[in-house]
Amino acid sequence: MSVTAPQLQSPRERRASLQASRSERYARMVEIRLMEERVLALFGEGLIPGTTHTSQGQEAVCVGIAAATRPTDTVACTYRGHGMALSLGVTREAVLGEILGRQIGCMGGLGGSMHLSDPRVGLLPTFAIVGAGIPIGAGAALTAQVLGNDDVAVSVFGDGASNIGAFHEGLNLASIWKLPVVFVCENNQYGEYTRIDRTTPVADIAVRAASYGIPGEVVDGQDIDAVEETVGRVVARARRGDGPTLVEAKTYRYAGHSRSDKATYRPAGELDQWLERDPITLFGEKLVAEGALDRARLEEIKAQAASDLERTLEVVLASPPPTEQQMMAPPTATGR
Amino acid sequence: MAKLRMNQAIALALAEEMERDDHVIVLGEDIAEAEGSFKTSEGLLKRFGPNRVRDTPISEMGFMGLSVGAAATGLRPVVEIMFIEFLGVALDQLATEAALMHFLSGRKLTVPLTVRASVGSGLGFGCQHSQTLERWLLGAPGLKVAVASGARSAYGLTKAAVRDDDPVVVLEPRPLYGRREDFEPGEDAVISLGTGELLAQGTDVTIVALGQTVATALAGAEEAGWSADVIDLRTVQPWDRELVRASVAKTGRLVTVEENQFTAGWGSDVVSDVAANCHGDLSAPPLRLTAPDVPVPYGTALEQRYLPSAEYLADQVGLLLKTGTCPRPWWEGQ
Ligand SMILES: Cc1ncc(C[n+]2csc(CCOP(=O)(O)OP(=O)(O)O)c2C)c(N)n1
Ligand SMILES: [Mg+2]
Repeated sequence: MSVTAPQLQSPRERRASLQASRSERYARMVEIRLMEERVLALFGEGLIPGTTHTSQGQEAVCVGIAAATRPTDTVACTYRGHGMALSLGVTREAVLGEILGRQIGCMGGLGGSMHLSDPRVGLLPTFAIVGAGIPIGAGAALTAQVLGNDDVAVSVFGDGASNIGAFHEGLNLASIWKLPVVFVCENNQYGEYTRIDRTTPVADIAVRAASYGIPGEVVDGQDIDAVEETVGRVVARARRGDGPTLVEAKTYRYAGHSRSDKATYRPAGELDQWLERDPITLFGEKLVAEGALDRARLEEIKAQAASDLERTLEVVLASPPPTEQQMMAPPTATGR
Repeated sequence: MAKLRMNQAIALALAEEMERDDHVIVLGEDIAEAEGSFKTSEGLLKRFGPNRVRDTPISEMGFMGLSVGAAATGLRPVVEIMFIEFLGVALDQLATEAALMHFLSGRKLTVPLTVRASVGSGLGFGCQHSQTLERWLLGAPGLKVAVASGARSAYGLTKAAVRDDDPVVVLEPRPLYGRREDFEPGEDAVISLGTGELLAQGTDVTIVALGQTVATALAGAEEAGWSADVIDLRTVQPWDRELVRASVAKTGRLVTVEENQFTAGWGSDVVSDVAANCHGDLSAPPLRLTAPDVPVPYGTALEQRYLPSAEYLADQVGLLLKTGTCPRPWWEGQ
């Protein structure tokens, strides 16, 4: 099995390659899975300050969104954003470097795990306050509408976020102004340690779209093709000027909510049930069935991803933490 | 005597107040079944049941508003805001509605609401989960704001807040949740809101601290070649002017140690009061030790640099005593 040195691709190139090929999407999902597993391990080793929120199990949603949008579109995502950042094209070094608080990170190591961004591929700084990104994504759509271009915005948030005011105000505004925005709710069944049905009286968050006079759709969040098709279709609708849509992707968070959470509040067997429909396995099997890739190639992709991750980690660990001087740079654009 | 962690002391205070008055309810995100993100409501659901101990959706504006309404009509709700930053989405309900409701009702209604929130830096959570933000709440007439500095004061302030007939915010420095302190729980430990506490006595300088910086001030004063009155302010709105003024009248010097950035910190209020009222007593200008005016950095080492440390305090106070002028903060160079 051959493993090659990592190709140094720019974020835009990483995005373009993902859009060009299905096997690249598979590879990106594997990259995310391995990175997230490694992040939890690194947290355990004390190399990650504070906290971190990982997204194992949800890879099809972020990669599907990245495949269905273009780099000039804007994405507003949450603290559970490592996968989204990698999907959109942000480099492994920039993502892992930020999580580990190193200068090579996308914020120079001053932001951390919850704060990833790269405007070159449309990623706004990921939002650490639940719901904050929902109207802000709609605001990016307002820009496109006022300027008269055909860019769209995607606001990505969790099931729990659909209970906060910003969700309701954001959807209403987007609807009355017909903004080119797509709201994607990643329903991973839990908000922190609480099952969604304990806090939310509707089984499908998508039905909440009706209150705001916009279409709502449920999609299988473990099936990347379904995510890409659905998001692609409603993104096209938004681009045409036909207004926003709420998409609910049913998915599952394999790990705990954050850092060392062992998720003991979940019923026995639930995780296993979801693991039977693992998004990476499902997609791999499909690619094999289609004859697009053979099993040996799937294994090669995994080995390559593992080796790329090791190299990334070496590069990141060689990068120093930010300096006092970097910390002291004014937080304003004008420097005053 | 009990040797409790701060989170245990808070849970104990809540349990005792719930036992004492069945109008007390507690609510917030993951506070019931999960017993709080920082385990500050351990045992409450089991003991008092789901009618009085409620998990909420992620709807801070909603559950803060409900609590204001419940408080105005007879309950004594205790709301948990997991990180103080999340108060942003509920600020109207607290600072504009709860704070002014007694006044606006022709002073007829009372709003016995307690809001607890974790605050502060030092744990590497990054700039949106590491602030103290008591400054958001200062200057909202009608609101009281207290800050715990350990298990003992958290216990006493929480009980006082629950019993108070006005809305009270109690801020809990996150790094202190796991620290133990020996103290005697009970009625004598209840703290009168608006009073500070003199924790150490000295002659050269008055050091006023709050929350996490109380330990910084005590540690800095211990190693130094000068002696200080160290005051834990405990409540920042209203704050104990008499205690501070009396101490400055004795020492002739004032230093505040603040976790917040320089601009608009609570220390500005203390300094302006002392400058106006103790002018003749002062043998040096008042000095404020704070964090710099930049966002809290991620990452452990820089975050420690960012916060005023005990050594920094010892050095700065030493310079103040030696020169009779305020030394420059570290980020401006000497
Ligand atoms: C306004 C606000 N309240 C509470 C929190 C604390 N918090 C962080 S993540 C989270 C759960 C969010 O659940 P969900 O929206 O389903 O997203 P998920 O974490 O499952 O991706 C909570 C309560 C927060 N960050 N912001
Ligand atoms: Mg969720």
